[in-house]
Amino acid sequence: MLETAKTQFQLSAEGLADVKKELARYETKESAIIPALYVAQKENKGFITTAVIHHLGQVMDIPVSKINEVFKFYTMFNQVPVGKHHVQVCTNISCALEGGRELASHICHELGVKLGQVTNDGRFSVSRVECLGSCGTAPMMQVNDKYYESLTPESAMNILRGMK
Amino acid sequence: METKLLSEFYHLDEFRFLDGYKKHGGYVNLAKALTMQPQGIIDEVKASGLRGRGGAGFSTGMKWGFLPKNNEPRYLVCNADEGEPGTFKDRLMMERAPHQLIEGMIISAFAVGSKKSYIYVRGEYHFPVQVLEQAIQEAYKAGYLGKNILGSGFDHDMDVYRGAGAYICGEETGLISSLEGQKGQPKLKPPFPAVKGYLQKPTIVNNVETLAAVKYIIRDGAAAYKKYGTEKSPGTKLFSLSGNVRKPGNYEVLLGYPLKDLIENEGGGMKPGRKLKAVIPGGSSAPVLTADEAMKATLDYENLAAAGTMLGSGAVIVIDDSQCMVDMLGVLMHFYHHESCGQCTPCREGTGWLNKIVHSILEGKGRLQDIDLLVKVADNMKGRTICALSDAAALPVLSFVTKFRDEFEFYVREGRSKVRGSFYAQMHH
Repeated sequence: MLETAKTQFQLSAEGLADVKKELARYETKESAIIPALYVAQKENKGFITTAVIHHLGQVMDIPVSKINEVFKFYTMFNQVPVGKHHVQVCTNISCALEGGRELASHICHELGVKLGQVTNDGRFSVSRVECLGSCGTAPMMQVNDKYYESLTPESAMNILRGMK
Repeated sequence: METKLLSEFYHLDEFRFLDGYKKHGGYVNLAKALTMQPQGIIDEVKASGLRGRGGAGFSTGMKWGFLPKNNEPRYLVCNADEGEPGTFKDRLMMERAPHQLIEGMIISAFAVGSKKSYIYVRGEYHFPVQVLEQAIQEAYKAGYLGKNILGSGFDHDMDVYRGAGAYICGEETGLISSLEGQKGQPKLKPPFPAVKGYLQKPTIVNNVETLAAVKYIIRDGAAAYKKYGTEKSPGTKLFSLSGNVRKPGNYEVLLGYPLKDLIENEGGGMKPGRKLKAVIPGGSSAPVLTADEAMKATLDYENLAAAGTMLGSGAVIVIDDSQCMVDMLGVLMHFYHHESCGQCTPCREGTGWLNKIVHSILEGKGRLQDIDLLVKVADNMKGRTICALSDAAALPVLSFVTKFRDEFEFYVREGRSKVRGSFYAQMHH
């Protein structure tokens, strides 16, 4: 986790309301940890810091260590900063058979980053991910919440270039 | 030829919404089920021979039968964590027919006496989650969920839970840990979830396709359902066909359908100039079949077991002659190493070593004895851990190395792939 003394985090009023709603939604309040991490990640530019974990511990009244271990276990919670458009390219077997890895390399090359890096303007980051259930429409990429399927290196770059 | 039992109306956009779903027989079978005795439904499902469609293929009726015979509160959980590489059928079912799943779940919940159910959906499936949440709201408004459903006196609540990216949560005890707000680590069985599951209460975990199929067993009766498929594998199954075929996609066929027909008819055959090399018939954990073996196989639990592999989740991954098997094993080992939850030493360390050894061969640094080392490590990972992930990593290794040993040996000797055009060959040579 990237930490500096300056790191601060506080949920917005809306985010706090969402977390409170999740706390009441399930049989145990621990079940709200994953939903709360999603809310907080969205409000913290797509990644989680120690400050985020501490804030959630406070508002949820759950030990920080408990939230931290859940955060670290699941890959959808980012431990490092990501771009405004977080590009995730599937490189698992069905996509690999249809050019998923070449697609990931092409996107990295075109954007001038390595896997896991963020572009200088902060707009994009690229990572490779495991099977996302788009095997019949390979290769594919997920950008933030959205799937883009049956891609070619060119069509993928056209989609990305169209993103502000 | 496809046999569209579950997927008959998937092409209709209106089938996603309550009105359209009702136009095509929606919720009629819920009304029918609510007039039956719960035990009668369990008996019917047992008699139908329905087997779990998530991967293990265990008898659904028998699983339900493991619940304690008392009034203890119990949960029904739909496993929609679809993560087995090559599988994308549950996604289709949730996106195209959310009410089909919901109706199947309410019937199943009534049968097992559960007042609360969850649909645990993998975190990446944003759109399926949206579709399900909207459909659940519709079902509540129409009185199919909530108190006193259709005047039967049966109460049932349903909610969706989103995972956050962990293959291991597809394992039912890992899923339950995750639903409880923990790391998704599996637990030792017994006790089985049917006895002690979610929050230590009896819990039934069934796959999306399994729960959706229950509706058709109620509609047509066990005897009619058994007419589909084979004696030991009754029913239809959605197969997710992917890889190097012309027309990948989800196809619903009778269990026992020839694999050759699925590839050549539904899948449109191989791409121009390409020949079939291998098929992984049941998701990435299933041992690979050579082209010859694949041409003789039929898609049912018993035939694939006899062929030394498994039907698994129904993910058929087709590999043509332009692919390097060493490279593909590298892809799979990267995956299992990434997804091992780290609890059990043979899996945590074993997947790491398998990944390292395959990649050292891929980088041209392999030694001939590394091929046997792969087999030795994989052998030592089988049957020694809490859950099946360790075996799931070992099985592909053993089958790839045994059946395509010449490619591994060539790679070690020459420091490059035997197959021109493979990714590593392009990248490094």
